[in-house]
Amino acid sequence: METAIVAIVFVAVVGIVLGAVIGLAAKIFKVYKDPRVEKITEMLPGANCGGCGYAGCSDFAKAIVEKNEDPSKCPVCNSDSASAIAEIMGISLNSEAKKIAVVLCGGSNSKAKKDAAYNGIKDCKSAVLVAGGDKACSYGCLGLGTCAKACPFNAIEIRDGLAVVHPELCVGCGKCVDACPRKLIKLISESVEVNIFCSSPEKGAKKMKACKAACIGCRKCMKAADNGQIEAKGFLLEVNYENPPMPDIIEKAKCPTKCLGEKIPPSVSDTENKELA
Amino acid sequence: MSSSLKLKFHGGVPIHQGEELSNDKSINEAPLLDEYSVILQQHIGAPPKPLVKKGDIVKKGQLIAEPGGFVSAGTHSPTSGKVKAVQKVPGPMGVDLDGMIIESDGEDLEANELAPFENWKNESPETLRERVGEAGIVGMGGASFPAKVKLSPPKEKKIDVLILNGAECEPYLTADNRLMLEYGEKILEGAAIIARILGLDTVYLGIENNKPEAVSKLEKTAPDFGIKVEALPVKYPQGAEKQLIYALTGRKVPAGGLPMDVACVVQNVGTCMAVCEAVKEGKPLYERVTTLTGEPVSEPGNWKFRIGTPLFKALELAGGVKYPPAKLIVGGPMMGFAQKNLDVPIMKNSSGILLLSEKDVSQYISDPCIRCGRCVDVCPMNLLPGTLSVAAESEKFDIAEENFIMDCIECGSCAYVCPGYRPLVQHFKRAKAEIAASRKK
Repeated sequence: METAIVAIVFVAVVGIVLGAVIGLAAKIFKVYKDPRVEKITEMLPGANCGGCGYAGCSDFAKAIVEKNEDPSKCPVCNSDSASAIAEIMGISLNSEAKKIAVVLCGGSNSKAKKDAAYNGIKDCKSAVLVAGGDKACSYGCLGLGTCAKACPFNAIEIRDGLAVVHPELCVGCGKCVDACPRKLIKLISESVEVNIFCSSPEKGAKKMKACKAACIGCRKCMKAADNGQIEAKGFLLEVNYENPPMPDIIEKAKCPTKCLGEKIPPSVSDTENKELA
Repeated sequence: MSSSLKLKFHGGVPIHQGEELSNDKSINEAPLLDEYSVILQQHIGAPPKPLVKKGDIVKKGQLIAEPGGFVSAGTHSPTSGKVKAVQKVPGPMGVDLDGMIIESDGEDLEANELAPFENWKNESPETLRERVGEAGIVGMGGASFPAKVKLSPPKEKKIDVLILNGAECEPYLTADNRLMLEYGEKILEGAAIIARILGLDTVYLGIENNKPEAVSKLEKTAPDFGIKVEALPVKYPQGAEKQLIYALTGRKVPAGGLPMDVACVVQNVGTCMAVCEAVKEGKPLYERVTTLTGEPVSEPGNWKFRIGTPLFKALELAGGVKYPPAKLIVGGPMMGFAQKNLDVPIMKNSSGILLLSEKDVSQYISDPCIRCGRCVDVCPMNLLPGTLSVAAESEKFDIAEENFIMDCIECGSCAYVCPGYRPLVQHFKRAKAEIAASRKK
């Protein structure tokens, strides 16, 4: 009986002493962790796409709290969750418009000529190493889907040999921009509704031989648009993204090669529907 | 003169095919064309700076672009005439490159910018080395590395062996063989000049033993120049720099190293001839001997083409084609580059123009790697091509780099033996390009 009491008392004393040590240590070595970091991490999408420029969502949350980073830099968040994060931080949101990726080429298989047979690796970056790929236009989309593989949100589809970004799925993280060996993909403000789907600076006659959907530099769209909305760079016309034209210009301009379109190139905009029907 | 070791390097494949088409065709001088499209950068290194502009009158052998740095080379006009345009010219890699269109005046007048050194033995090695640079000479076997740079080893690297590369291990190509048969003296003299520049007296000439005529012919005259001719077994890639060094001297170039790390310099026989002509005749590099061959070609042969001759013109000279080819390659079938544009001009390193017929370019579906290890058996660089290709295919370039993908010489032996028809070399080229780009960052 006596032994038992000694044991109980001993264990109790050891417990109290160790407890006191741990309690003390917790006080002395306490690391302050901002509860907002955890809260914001939970509110972020958790895709860890890296589109914000940080190594994943929790790193971005830390940057929001510690470096006053702008929550709207997350390309995936919709404006509601971004403003909810801004509310936690007590800041006002930078109201920059969301950007989405657009592949500036309309050279689908039915429009663009191929001048070689390519039987190599199904990857654009590998294909350009073999005589620059199989398309006659050396600026056009190769359609082997390296951008589609790079997209973490499955927003890119290869339609008739042409990469097409689905605007409703794209979050503008920019992964595809780096993946394209032809540098055809641009991040463009979501509010821009008109694009010229051609990136070839070649002469009009040469482009026409290579692709039926090329911009031949006729400037019809430039004349139909208000001053400065569409700019000409040699044989290539470019939409001024600071001051974009309205979508009715597509109707007005009567682009002879139909390279002027909204978010999806006219050369493939109806192929999906056909396939469904 | 010490004897060479004649070792066998690991791996390789005994390929021997197609040489009979053009082996006994002597070198034809190509007639003057109306127009040449000259690419300004025809070497590895810094791009040259153009010296002439549109409308300028140029002469044959005139410097039209000067070297843009130490590792660089100048480019010379292939004929006399007018610079019709300074514009982009389609390059052999499918990318348009800076170039010039030179319209011939039919006179073919020499510029005579370089004074010939008849008695080059009286000139100092520095003068001779300068001349190699002035003549715009680059490695003509394929890599097109500026020759002057190869001949200017840093002080701490002592060079004691010069190896002349007459192996010509690529199937179908016979240009070097014909060169050795018809211009043997010039090659040997060029080698003697290079030996003087480097200050050495051991010179080997390695020739694959499927060229017995060249071996027996040069064996007679080579000793006069202090050169030893070695017949090597037919084994691709016998003519690869590192493999040739090992076969002749037993020295192993360290991973990521250069021949100068083992005190060797290797020069292609074509380069030696260009050196000889540059020194003795004051002639810059504006023409080269190229094999134009393949079953579809009407008259396969060996031609002396001016630099800047478009491929379609070259084909016209050979009488066109008997039937449409399935593939056109500049270089040899193993390491050459497939072309889709016949406006691509001949460059300083275009050792061959090869047309293949439909039956020779069967289109295979490639299968996954089954780890049979045949590629490991044939890799002359002792790499693991299978492992590397799987890493490259799944874009794990760091794993490929750890497994020494940068030491791959892209010889294609692995792809030649792969039972799954895997495009191994294409995977490696892609991975090497990605790794090189990430190292630059």
